[in-house]
Parts: sequence; C-alpha cells; structure tokens
Amino acid sequence: MISSQTRTNRRRFLIEIARTVCGVSLFATGLGFYANKAHSLPETSLRPPGAINEEDFLGACVRCGLCVRDCPYDILKLADIQEDTATGTPYFNARQIPCEMCEDIPCVAACPTSALDKSLTNIDNSRMGLAVLIDQETCLNFQGLRCDVCHRVCPLINDAITLEPRHNKRSGKHALFIPVVHSDKCTGCGKCEHACVLTEAAIKVLPLSLAKGKLGDHYRWSWKEKESAGKSLVTPDTQHQYHLPEGLQYDHAGKGLIGDKK
Amino acid sequence: MSDATEHSVSSRSLFDRYKWLVARRFSQLFILSLFLLGPVSNNWIVTGNLSSSLTLNVLPLTDPFLLIQSFIAQQDIAETALLGAAIVIVFYIIIGGRVYCSWVCPLNIATDIAAWLRLKLNIKTSSLFHKTTRYWLFLAILIMTFISGTLAWELVNPVSLVQRGIIFSLYLSAGVFFFILFFDLFISREAWCGHLCPVGVFYHLVGKFSLVRISAYHRDDCDRCNDCFTVCPEEQVIKPALFGKLKNIDPVILDGNCTNCGRCIDVCDRNVFKFTHRFNKKELLKSPGDQ
Repeated sequence: MISSQTRTNRRRFLIEIARTVCGVSLFATGLGFYANKAHSLPETSLRPPGAINEEDFLGACVRCGLCVRDCPYDILKLADIQEDTATGTPYFNARQIPCEMCEDIPCVAACPTSALDKSLTNIDNSRMGLAVLIDQETCLNFQGLRCDVCHRVCPLINDAITLEPRHNKRSGKHALFIPVVHSDKCTGCGKCEHACVLTEAAIKVLPLSLAKGKLGDHYRWSWKEKESAGKSLVTPDTQHQYHLPEGLQYDHAGKGLIGDKK
Repeated sequence: MSDATEHSVSSRSLFDRYKWLVARRFSQLFILSLFLLGPVSNNWIVTGNLSSSLTLNVLPLTDPFLLIQSFIAQQDIAETALLGAAIVIVFYIIIGGRVYCSWVCPLNIATDIAAWLRLKLNIKTSSLFHKTTRYWLFLAILIMTFISGTLAWELVNPVSLVQRGIIFSLYLSAGVFFFILFFDLFISREAWCGHLCPVGVFYHLVGKFSLVRISAYHRDDCDRCNDCFTVCPEEQVIKPALFGKLKNIDPVILDGNCTNCGRCIDVCDRNVFKFTHRFNKKELLKSPGDQ
C-alpha cells in the first residue's frame, strides 16, 4: 500500500521535475534560435586570415582572444555581447582598420584550436573576403579621374586589382581606368576599402559567399571548348568577307584598316 | 536559519576565521590580474583568457568543457587545445573539481557578495529553481551544441562573458557580473552557482575523482551550531560527512559539488573541518574526559 503522503510527495516531485525540464527546454530552444541567428556574420565583420567557414568557426573558436593579442597592429577585436558578430569571437572592420597581412601570420600561429587553419602558411592565399567595387556611380575612376588609391594601396597591386583602360564616352577623347578586382588573387585584407577616399567607400570587402557568383554546372564557354577541342564544335567559322576599296586590308586581330604595302 | 556567523562571539583570531576566504579572494584576483598585466602594462606573462591561454609562451591551458562542446559540435580538435585541456583536467582532478568555482571563477565574487548581503540584509526569498535544474541545463546545452554544430552556450555563458569582458575591456560582457549578483541577491537564492551553472556541473563531474578534499575530521566535537551549513554554498555536501557516523559514513566529504572553498573550516569554532585527501578516512575521536 502506498500512503497518501507518499503519493502527494511523489506527485509534487514529478511536477517539480516537469516544471524544471520544461523551463530548461524552453531556454535551450531560445538559445538554439539565437545561435542560429548568430550564424549570419554581419557583412562588415571580417574574420582573421585562415578562418574556417563561418558555421564551423562558431563551433571551433573558443573565444580566447589569443589571435587578438598576437596581432601586432591591434586590428582584431573580440565582439562584445551587444554586437551583431557572435559574442566573444574575433573580427575586424576593414573600413576602420584593415589587415596588414603579416608574412608570419601570428594570429593563425596563436590559435590553439582548429578555428584558424594552420595550413595557411602564405598570407597571399588567405581569403578573408573579396573586395568588390560596389558603387560605379561614385567611384572617381569611373568618372574619368585618376584616383587609383585602391589600386595603389593593394598589397598585391596589379594582381588582385588591375586598372583596365576603357573609352571615356563623356569627354570622347580620354580614357577611364577602371579598377578591376581578381578573385583568384584578392585576400580580402581590406586595404582598398580602408583607403577609398569617398565618405562612404565605393569598394568594399564582402564575404566570399556574398561577393562571388557561381556558374551553373552545365555551363560551357564555347571559346574554351573550341580551344580544348582544337576546332569549333558547332558550325565551323567561315572567313569573314570584307568589301574594301582596292589597296586596303583589314586586320581582324587588332591593327584594323591598313593600306597596301608599298 | 538565523544569522549564524554572528550568533556567538568567537574566541578565535581574525586570521583563523577568514584565512581561506582571504586566500580564495586573493587567488581569484591574482589570476585576473595576471591576465590584465598584459593589456595594462605590456607584460605578457599570461595571454588569452580563461577559455584558453598561453603562459610564459610555453604553457597552453584550455577550458576542457569548451573543448568537449567543440567536439560535440563535430569540430576537429587541435593538438594545442587538447594538451591544454588535459593539463587543466589533471590539475583539477588533483586539487578538486569545483576548485575552479571557488578559487578561479570571477563570478564567485558576485555570488559570494550576494550570499553575504542576504545574511546581512536578512533577505529570505527562496530559490526559484529546483536543485536538479543545472543538470538538466547541462544536458540541454550539450544537445543544443550537437544540433547547432556551434558553441551555442558560449553566446550567453555568464562565466566566460564576465572573465572575457574584464580581460578584454568588453564592458557590457563584464557587466553581466552585476546581473548575476542582483539575481542571486533579490530574485533567487544561490541561483547561479548553486542551481544553474553548467560549468559548475562539469567541474562537479571532475570533482568526483579529485584528490584534495575536506574532512569533518573532528566531527565528534560538532555542537550543531549550523555555522557551516549557513556559509556553505553547497550545504547538502556536509551532512553525510558530519552526521553520518551512525551510518558508518566516512568523515571525508566526497561529494563532487564540494568546492573546496574552505569556508566551513573558517567559520567552525570547534575546528571540526580540515583539508585532507580523499583516501584519508580517519577521524580524530573525542578524547575521554574531554567535554
């Protein structure tokens, strides 16, 4: 026989446990949603060089700040609780202060976990983000001026950013020197964004996931296919017929209209 | 329970009554100041924070509970962190698991202040939380870590928020110290360290095997004044050791939740308690004629 006292006690115990488990589950669910939201790193926050992809980073980084302490230029900082970047994780803001791309990469060496990839030994291979010339309407070079600051400060000048001459339609007689970023070279250090002379930078370092397009897997570039096949894969190209006056030739490859050799 | 620490005028010296408390406070502040020495005076004896650190450029230490969470989050465990965590675990297995709580964790200062003010101001609000809450929370956090694949708990963990906040001048994070203090003081008794903290649960598990323990060595002398129960942050751990003689329970406190804080040694006017090791099951029997 179970006494009514025992039954009441057991009842109260079970209710208390149920209350606790429900409360804890509610908290954990809330925490899960919060953690999920914290996955999305603000686009102005850049991770240190060698950082593994964001989702794994948040599972591997123990928020110890050793990378922050070993950064010789005090570029990295840990996120405080009210910031959008996940609490306690290291980041930098390129517009405020960009990565100096130390050759010995002390931040990666300092990391005790797998959050910063130790296999990164050449800083030029780091991909903290990708610089994107995001506003052509305000970029001075797009207006025909020779600002060139982003190009000149780039640690991989003429590799990561090149200046491509283009016709200036406005004046009709000058050239535009368009800064073009190359994703196979740009490390995302942010020097260009930091140096941009505009009030709001026209060139910005964005997370690679945001900055890069992706070609459909089925896509083929016909000229590359033609090159690798050694011939056209569709209708063969026919020689273009020019109807030029006597004594004139046209060089398709670049020289244009040329007179007869004399 | 009355304000037991003041119920009788003690004949013992101030040193005897506060030595372990002062030693603990010193230890907590000393560890924090080692971390602060770098940013303040550019002497980098210890770098990092309590989550992971490097001492004198050679000794790596890593919070083992964090590394376990990282493992559960299906991340690769780096060698440095693994070595650091192993050193920490061995240290606490020797010195007492929850020694982290009472001798290292800066939040202990907040909860100690809250407990002291509760006695002084005679605040009697009971606990909002069932005593098993922390174990459920511990479990829930591990599950959430597995599901999310991230160190979700670290986004809100007051223990790391406060120490990191102090060491890295993150003012809002450091301010969580006061949140815990006032929560413990006004809202729920011994809420953080005694009922909620999952970090404490982890070190409690380590403490189940730890060598240094407190023993009610002189338990025959106990006059049941309750002073030790009043000051103990985990008072349930004392009872079996202190009153278990008739049930043949050894006087050494083996409960992993004993934080080795030594407050019971400080407050006991009958010198019942002392530090010893877990295998010392001896007790000092009452000498005949002693009254």
